[in-house]
Amino acid sequence: MHWQIDLIVLTFVIFCAIAAISVKDLLATAILFGAYSFMMCLLWAVMGAVDVAFTEASVGAGVSTVFFVAAVFRTSRRTKD
Amino acid sequence: MRLIGFIIVCLTGAFLLYGTTELPDWGDPQSPASVHLSNHYIERAMEETQVPNLVTAVLADYRGFDTMFETAVIFCAGLACFLLLRDFRKEKERFYRHVPTGVILHFKDSKKKLPIGKEFQHMDKQWVPYDIIIQSVCRILIPFIQIYALYVVGHGDFSPGGGFQGGVIFGSSLILIAIAYDLKTLVTRIKEKVLGIFAAVGVLIYVGIGFICMLLGGNFLDYSKLAKIIPVDPGHIRALGMLGVEIGVGIAVMAVMAIIYINIVSEGKHDEGL
Amino acid sequence: MTEILSLIVAKYNYWLYVILMMIGLYAMIAKNNLIKKLVGMNIFQTAIILFYVSIGYKKDATIPIIEGAHGGHGASGAAIHAADYINPLPHVLMLTAIVVSVATFGVAMALAVRVYQRYQTLEEDELRMRLSEK
Repeated sequence: MHWQIDLIVLTFVIFCAIAAISVKDLLATAILFGAYSFMMCLLWAVMGAVDVAFTEASVGAGVSTVFFVAAVFRTSRRTKD
Repeated sequence: MRLIGFIIVCLTGAFLLYGTTELPDWGDPQSPASVHLSNHYIERAMEETQVPNLVTAVLADYRGFDTMFETAVIFCAGLACFLLLRDFRKEKERFYRHVPTGVILHFKDSKKKLPIGKEFQHMDKQWVPYDIIIQSVCRILIPFIQIYALYVVGHGDFSPGGGFQGGVIFGSSLILIAIAYDLKTLVTRIKEKVLGIFAAVGVLIYVGIGFICMLLGGNFLDYSKLAKIIPVDPGHIRALGMLGVEIGVGIAVMAVMAIIYINIVSEGKHDEGL
Repeated sequence: MTEILSLIVAKYNYWLYVILMMIGLYAMIAKNNLIKKLVGMNIFQTAIILFYVSIGYKKDATIPIIEGAHGGHGASGAAIHAADYINPLPHVLMLTAIVVSVATFGVAMALAVRVYQRYQTLEEDELRMRLSEK
């Protein structure tokens, strides 16, 4: 595996994580968190853990984003920080 | 608070960074994690179980006991969501929409009901005008998603996939029904009781296969003993046992995902939602 | 110079995982909103999963699915060498961890919805105020 690809994807992951915890809109957090999970899935696929990547793509990027949006729909979208 | 938190985080990070100097190099084949047990799995799993996907072989056979309780944890999570949020009080008011004219009828007495069909449809406070394009696309797409989920469960022995992934994909197809139409469509198609029974039956299939192995004279989850009652090639019986276990996991995960979604999005009322 | 570069290539993954873990921990400690705290928890969790998966990685090895075994039953001809396949054990542990994490995430979301139903807020300081009023 090429370590350059790995480094680029890891940098994206860290940017997504920082953005997800610092935006002030929870719906944006949900989508950024989905993007974070998908980047993570990409990282695992590059690392050869195909089963883990598959699970993360269906669970982390799919269902948990939906749960997140459902919870935001039932609570409030605004946040102070 | 924020400053103290930042200091604590920096201290922890510094300790962890110091700890990385002792770790083996990244991608080192001789790292301690890959010289002991895993070599046995890699070299012997194929002849012992005849399952090419090593992850499935280890998940469902060598570490089957572990996976059984993971499934139980997922079942408990579904149960916890149900107990936390489920609200059996009925809404007094009902809204119906007359489809050809768009007139909304407001019933204050919950006992009177209108037949739901082409003429009238359910409505709630969060109702949005439905989109025919989304509904048609989802109606065509959902059967394919479900077939793909069954493929992922059934082919988990040979390719990436298995009970967990297939169950989640099947569950998300149910969630897609709720999103594309409305929550009532899903709840009337698949009753809450059916979902609960599915979640329990999934765990029961897993435990039941283990017990059948015990009754046939082996250890708990020793699939090779199943050869006494299933007439197949004795070398292939472990793969078959794993398939049965994966089906149980898939059913449980599918039902639990749908239960969690329905309860969160409707605050436990099961009548209106996203 | 080449020594430093090889050290960086050998260890940079671990450093970045530690940074990811720190982001998650900071969000859990310092953020005011309960859902933000949950996001931090999940980031922390995925960082640990990432670490586990990466210790199973081997250079010049392929994914843990035995090659040439899809044809028929019986053992494939060639012997299987452990160095040719990535270690499947961390994958198994982390696969179940991911699915359990989404189930616990669902429970946490249910709790958040319940808290909001009762107190009409998810901010920690406002929650403390409502609790001390009673």
